[in-house]
Amino acid sequence: MKIGVFVCHCGENIGRTVNCPEVSKACASFPGVVHSEDYKYMCSDPGQNLIKQAIREKHLDAVVVGSCSPHMHEKTFRKACASAGINSYMVEIANLREHCSWIHEDIAEATKKAIDLMRFAVERVKFNHPLQTIKVPVTKRSLVIGGGISGIQAALDIANAGFEVVLVEKEPSIGGHMSQLSETFPTLDCSQCILTPRMVEVYQHPKIKLLSYSEVENVEGFIGNFKVTIRRKAKSVKEELCTGCGLCAEKCPIKKKALSEFDEGLSNRSAIYVPFPQAVPNVPVIDRSVCTYFKTGKCEMCKKVCGREAIDFTQQDTFVTEDVGSIIVATGYKLYSIEKKPEESIYKGYGEYGYGKYKNVINGLQFERIASASGPTSGEILRPSDKTEPKKIVFIQCVGSRDESKGFSYCSKICCMYTAKHAMLYKHKVHDGEAYVFYMDIRSGGKNYEEFVRRAIEEDHVNYIRGRVSKIYEEDGKLIVKGEDTLAGLPVVIEADLVVLATAMIAQQEAPKLAQTLNISYDKYGYFQEAHPKLRPVETNTGGVFLAGACHSPRDIPESVAMASAAAAKSLVLFGADMLEREPIIAKVDESTCAGCFYCQKVCAYNAIEKKEIRDRQGNLKKVVAFVNSGLCQGCGTCNATCPSKSIELIGFNDDQIFAQINAFAEV
Amino acid sequence: MKLGYYPGCSLNGTAKEFNSSLKEVFSTLDIDLEELNDWSCCGATSAHVTSHLLSVALPARNLMLAKKQGFEDLLAPCAACYSRLVSSQRELKLDEKMRMEVEDILEEKITNGLHIINLIQIFQKIGLDKLKEKKLVDISKIKAACYYGCLLVRPVDIALPDDMESPDSMESIIKAVGGKTVDWNFKTECCGAAHSIAHTDIVEKLCKGIIDNAEKHGADVIIVACPMCHSNLDMRQLNIMKHFEGHKPIPILYLSQLIGLVLGIDEKKLGLGAHYINTKPLLDKIKGADIPKSVPIEKLQKGVEA
Ligand SMILES: Cc1cc2nc3c(=O)[nH]c(=O)nc-3n(C[C@H](O)[C@H](O)[C@H](O)COP(=O)(O)OP(=O)(O)OC[C@H]3O[C@@H](n4cnc5c(N)ncnc54)[C@H](O)[C@@H]3O)c2cc1C
Ligand code: SF4
Ligand code: SF4
Repeated sequence: MKIGVFVCHCGENIGRTVNCPEVSKACASFPGVVHSEDYKYMCSDPGQNLIKQAIREKHLDAVVVGSCSPHMHEKTFRKACASAGINSYMVEIANLREHCSWIHEDIAEATKKAIDLMRFAVERVKFNHPLQTIKVPVTKRSLVIGGGISGIQAALDIANAGFEVVLVEKEPSIGGHMSQLSETFPTLDCSQCILTPRMVEVYQHPKIKLLSYSEVENVEGFIGNFKVTIRRKAKSVKEELCTGCGLCAEKCPIKKKALSEFDEGLSNRSAIYVPFPQAVPNVPVIDRSVCTYFKTGKCEMCKKVCGREAIDFTQQDTFVTEDVGSIIVATGYKLYSIEKKPEESIYKGYGEYGYGKYKNVINGLQFERIASASGPTSGEILRPSDKTEPKKIVFIQCVGSRDESKGFSYCSKICCMYTAKHAMLYKHKVHDGEAYVFYMDIRSGGKNYEEFVRRAIEEDHVNYIRGRVSKIYEEDGKLIVKGEDTLAGLPVVIEADLVVLATAMIAQQEAPKLAQTLNISYDKYGYFQEAHPKLRPVETNTGGVFLAGACHSPRDIPESVAMASAAAAKSLVLFGADMLEREPIIAKVDESTCAGCFYCQKVCAYNAIEKKEIRDRQGNLKKVVAFVNSGLCQGCGTCNATCPSKSIELIGFNDDQIFAQINAFAEV
Repeated sequence: MKLGYYPGCSLNGTAKEFNSSLKEVFSTLDIDLEELNDWSCCGATSAHVTSHLLSVALPARNLMLAKKQGFEDLLAPCAACYSRLVSSQRELKLDEKMRMEVEDILEEKITNGLHIINLIQIFQKIGLDKLKEKKLVDISKIKAACYYGCLLVRPVDIALPDDMESPDSMESIIKAVGGKTVDWNFKTECCGAAHSIAHTDIVEKLCKGIIDNAEKHGADVIIVACPMCHSNLDMRQLNIMKHFEGHKPIPILYLSQLIGLVLGIDEKKLGLGAHYINTKPLLDKIKGADIPKSVPIEKLQKGVEA
């Protein structure tokens, strides 16, 4: 075997601490090495050309590159070698940067270690075999989970590219939080006006299958080939018959008993309801927990009035399965509760702000509803307790955010902006009103964001006070807000009529469960984890599963939309080819020695081990052995280490290769 | 039940009636209070502003005495003593270096395992049912504002296991014995504490706010479990009356005094005559007598004749 060795200086990264020419010289004397050289940037075009040239001229069979981590450039060098005619998997990388130059200071010692690392790699590559990438077929359909603005955007992008999308939304309507917003920063355009056309587009799109009031129950399979089971919750209304006339909701006797989720509890809805007039689909559902019929067996008012005979009290949850190639998770966020909920141990809550005891202490989404033309006050700023116009309003930022003792240590990122928006909307509607904002810092990074906040302060004369509020209590219908002005160094007391808490954006409570169903990671707060914080922000560690919007971290609409389009693009990349290429680094079972103990099945984190029956020519069952599903196997090697009869080999990391490396080390 | 008793300095001085009422209540409930032999000062505020080591070592000495004298539970009715004792105990548990230093000073090995309890916890421990059983006097005609101040509920991890921002453990005790409590806003507001001496004006202002809020919400009495709160709210009310025109005085009772009344213990034994703000109108109200519309200030100031 003719081996070529290439030592990269990585500019000064390796060259500063490792004497690269000396390493190259030492390598030249290793058995099997027929070519050795060093260069400043091996990954650059001239660098790659050196490798290609040597392969052609010296007829190399294998290549060892001493460079940065294989994470960085293994692919680059493999491609270069392949283009010069040798198999990509005849290339090994010795990590001279992360494993050597970056962590050592002494040049002589580091050089010595670099030579050793190179020798190990050279010994290893002698046992490499040419491998072929694995090809798996791709189902060119997407599943989008969550129908907020992120899910809507992702679904439309994919559908407009000509591929089918299944959009699963757990609520009766799509739209998410954006449908609740009044006007949006930094342009103050009406949220519904920009959102509803897109919701309708989703509904009418021939390529989008909308499953509302549904949840993902189970996911099997792997990138390009997922099989998803979806629970369609019983709406008690036959979707295909309903025309959305709304008569049922109008006549439903439970008018005042159920709090409207859409209006954040500031108004009531009937037992049979659509969340809001522009809902998509415009089909009501019966909330069985409050419906008189489901409680007492009597009523059936909706059934009586429905001219389409669409009401079906006997409807059950049903399950459908969908085959898809990619999954986009866009399940969004929820708000930190200002009510006392001791059973939710994730946060301690704010007793000093009244724990939802005072009707006039509300959260940001409630203010959005009050300010919204479609809200419970038709857009007039009226406080909940007595429906009067508040003349003094106090906004408190960072409630639950940036507060480890009561909530979360992260910044919710959007509340500085929406608080400025709220204060502005208030001033635009209540001209003689006074608005105060208590803040810790104003974080308004973003295009036209800082200007927006300055406008609130300078043009709309919102009073910004830097400091925390220590206590709120109600006295004679006024909310006494006690705080500190840390810039003036003085205590402040404001007698307010309405207080709005900018509570933290937090992960959906069932996010960890969904993450487990999808086999993706989530962080300690319950937000889904990206594959790489910088270079793979919308991918997850599970191939074919992508993230969009506020289910990943607090995000505003522009960021959510951008992320959704990115996730859609990632799906489309997948759909660009008929077959999917995968690294051949997977486990392989030696069927002749496999004893069928299936320890490997127990330890495999990716459910990649299946059972295979071995039969003789007469069709009699001889034995059952382990079989690796090449689509699912991630090449982690756990089974390889577990197998008691050593019947599993990890291709590309087999015993011969590893032992060659270790033996080379022992010879040192 | 044998209970170690650490009265602390205040209960032998300014808060004598706290001490006497407590002892009366416990003897009525058949609970032996055994005073810690040779106890010393917990260090109070002075120690921890002077030297951190001192503030841990002084309580540690008492904790070790309690261990040696065979107590499992140690009652520290004063909120400040309680706070110092539990803080020191916690620090000795978590900070090995500190523990070794203190062991050096005390010349003995520090062992853990003592239960330090305050007034509220001891009533919870006795059981609200037992209190109910022994109830003799109906106090439902008066409304109490329970005042926690700072030290009973803070710091959050080591003090009374209650909600630091809106506690209600005192209320549940009073309600259990048939009393009424008011929902008010200054339960945990600071009374000014030791500023009482150097900045009396500030303390007056703070106490005025607390008292006014209690009254506004219909309280006939403020119930406390801390000698410092008591002296600020009771004694400084005299100055408040001078400095704030039209101030309506309100009696300040220790929780043990109120429970004593419920158990039918004699008012004098409970030290109800030792207050700056006359408790007689309150006692009359409990008994159902008509409360005089306006009590002359002099009479209020003197306290009931012993
Ligand atoms: C008070 C307030 C004001 C705001 N104002 C602005 C503003 O002016 N401008 C701006 O840019 N941003 C604003 N935002 C931020 C904005 O709300 C978010 O950026 C945006 O809603 C994120 O969209 P999303 O689709 O990622 O999540 P969401 O809007 O939360 O949508 C998620 C969707 O997924 C569904 N879902 C959840 N779990 C599941 C599940 N398991 N299965 C199926 N479906 C599921 C939900 O029902 C929902 O429909 C504001 C936020 C708040 C709190
Ligand atoms: S269920 Fe019937 S009454 Fe109700 S909206 Fe649909 S068609 Fe109208
Ligand atoms: S965005 Fe502003 S208000 Fe929200 S947590 Fe961050 S700093 Fe606080």
